[in-house]
Amino acid sequence: MTGAPILQVEHLEMRFGGLVAVHDLSFAANRGDITALIGPNGAGKTTVFNCITGFYKPSTGMLRLVTSDGASHLLERLPDFRIAQEARVARTFQNIRLFPGMSLLENLLVAQHNTLMRASGYTVLGLFGFGSYTRAEAAAVENARYWLDRIGLLPRADDAAGELPYGAQRRLEIARAMCSAPELLCLDEPAAGLNARESAELEDLLLFIREQHRTSILLIEHDMSVVMRMSDRIVVLDYGTKICEGTPAQVRNDPKVIAAYLGVEEEEVDKVEAEVGL
Amino acid sequence: MEYFVQQLINGVALGSIYGLIAIGYTMVYGIIGMINFAHGDIFMVGAFVALITFLVLVAIGVTALPLALFLVLLVAMALTALYGWTVERIAYRPLRRSFRLAPLISAIGMSIILQNYVQIAQGARVKPLPPLITGGYTLFESNDFAVQLSNVQILIIWLTFTLMIAFSWMIAKTRLGRDMRACEQDARMASLVGVDTDRTISLTFVIGAALAAVAGMMYLLYYGVADFYIGFIAGVKAFTAAVLGGIGSLPGAMLGGLLIGLIETFWSAYFSVEYKDVAAFAVLIVVLIFLPTGILGRPEIEKV
Repeated sequence: MTGAPILQVEHLEMRFGGLVAVHDLSFAANRGDITALIGPNGAGKTTVFNCITGFYKPSTGMLRLVTSDGASHLLERLPDFRIAQEARVARTFQNIRLFPGMSLLENLLVAQHNTLMRASGYTVLGLFGFGSYTRAEAAAVENARYWLDRIGLLPRADDAAGELPYGAQRRLEIARAMCSAPELLCLDEPAAGLNARESAELEDLLLFIREQHRTSILLIEHDMSVVMRMSDRIVVLDYGTKICEGTPAQVRNDPKVIAAYLGVEEEEVDKVEAEVGL
Repeated sequence: MEYFVQQLINGVALGSIYGLIAIGYTMVYGIIGMINFAHGDIFMVGAFVALITFLVLVAIGVTALPLALFLVLLVAMALTALYGWTVERIAYRPLRRSFRLAPLISAIGMSIILQNYVQIAQGARVKPLPPLITGGYTLFESNDFAVQLSNVQILIIWLTFTLMIAFSWMIAKTRLGRDMRACEQDARMASLVGVDTDRTISLTFVIGAALAAVAGMMYLLYYGVADFYIGFIAGVKAFTAAVLGGIGSLPGAMLGGLLIGLIETFWSAYFSVEYKDVAAFAVLIVVLIFLPTGILGRPEIEKV
């Protein structure tokens, strides 16, 4: 499956008033890959995510997503709920956004809204217990149980999501995103605030999602060990522009990336700038 | 004692009507965080639609009372729901991303428009409806005082409780209810998992208006009159009920409605009819001082 791009970002530009958060960014994420988007704080990574998921409308540029049925969707033109429905993009947030007052099970059922909408023929028929809808609802609950079991939270299915510890909330948010059966899963710093063990569990979960569900993943992450281990490709942003793109090995040794992350000694500035081509 | 029981019955009947209207306030507040000040007038429109439907049914010769009541209920709910949908569509949705006070002002505007529209279309005079449901039961009698439970009261209480159970079931168990609660908690997030939030909000208004229509019909049957202004006072009372019970909480709205109905009835019975509204609002103030989030409202706990 790897190879054909699932997401193509072309000349994406996002301005907030005079501030250019993302400037002329182009990259592609391949189907079946884990593509990481890294860069120092404020580089515009989350802004790119917000454009892809319809949270922001880009100032200019094109975001093309090709679903597995071959249909191509221009994300910048779709309202956000249709990006989830038709283009099959799901996301998680840097600061977790669950439905805190609803149970774990309900959090996962809301995410299956579209499957259930199709089953009820987009009407209120579901209310009256028609057979096909009842079956769809049962299947949705089964799917939710499957994910709860996978993230180890099945015993807490009926607790309110807001009562979970932080690491569990992160896992639940990923499970919720997966319940909407996405083709592209966008994770915004999924390892932030996790301890080493939780972080290892997260890596397992993401690999499981990629292998078993063939979901392509777009990842923002600051934990470089996670990024280097997991990613097939890495796109590095700094000040809203792409400074490097390639495999983990290529990115690790790129002087521009090292300069952007670590800064450079005073006397080396000229030398590095010459190398970088500034 | 007999007098007390009688007032209790009257209070529960009145409180049921307030409770049904209060649900509309509390649902809309829950989902988009605004007070829909036109909701009282939606209730008034419901009463008028019910009145007109009754007259039409009588004119075309439908006189079997249960059938007529059922048809009036259906027509009133459907047409009033359409009003609710329209109000949301033209007055609130265009202001969705605007600052918080804008939809509040347009809600007040909508309320004035609906009142004047009905005043012009139906005239300012009080419209009477001859008592349709008569009779009742005498529960017990002593000291020359008979405790009466009229058939209208039975209908009101029964219908309210049936609707409230059905409605609570819908919110707790169905997909639509789940979507509504998700929108209430985080509308943006709900739309990111594929919920069409605009549609869900529209349905909230439709359901709220349909319940208000039932309240309108029951008000009409209970008091036998309607005019273009009944929405204002009933609306303010129901809003008070919603705040008293804890705005955003559905059981709170039902409980608040009952309490306001009981307070008002008992105050008029034992103290003075003129000050019954003062009593209802005074209780609201006292409750808000000691329980700022209402009786069943959840206090917001901020995690640090």
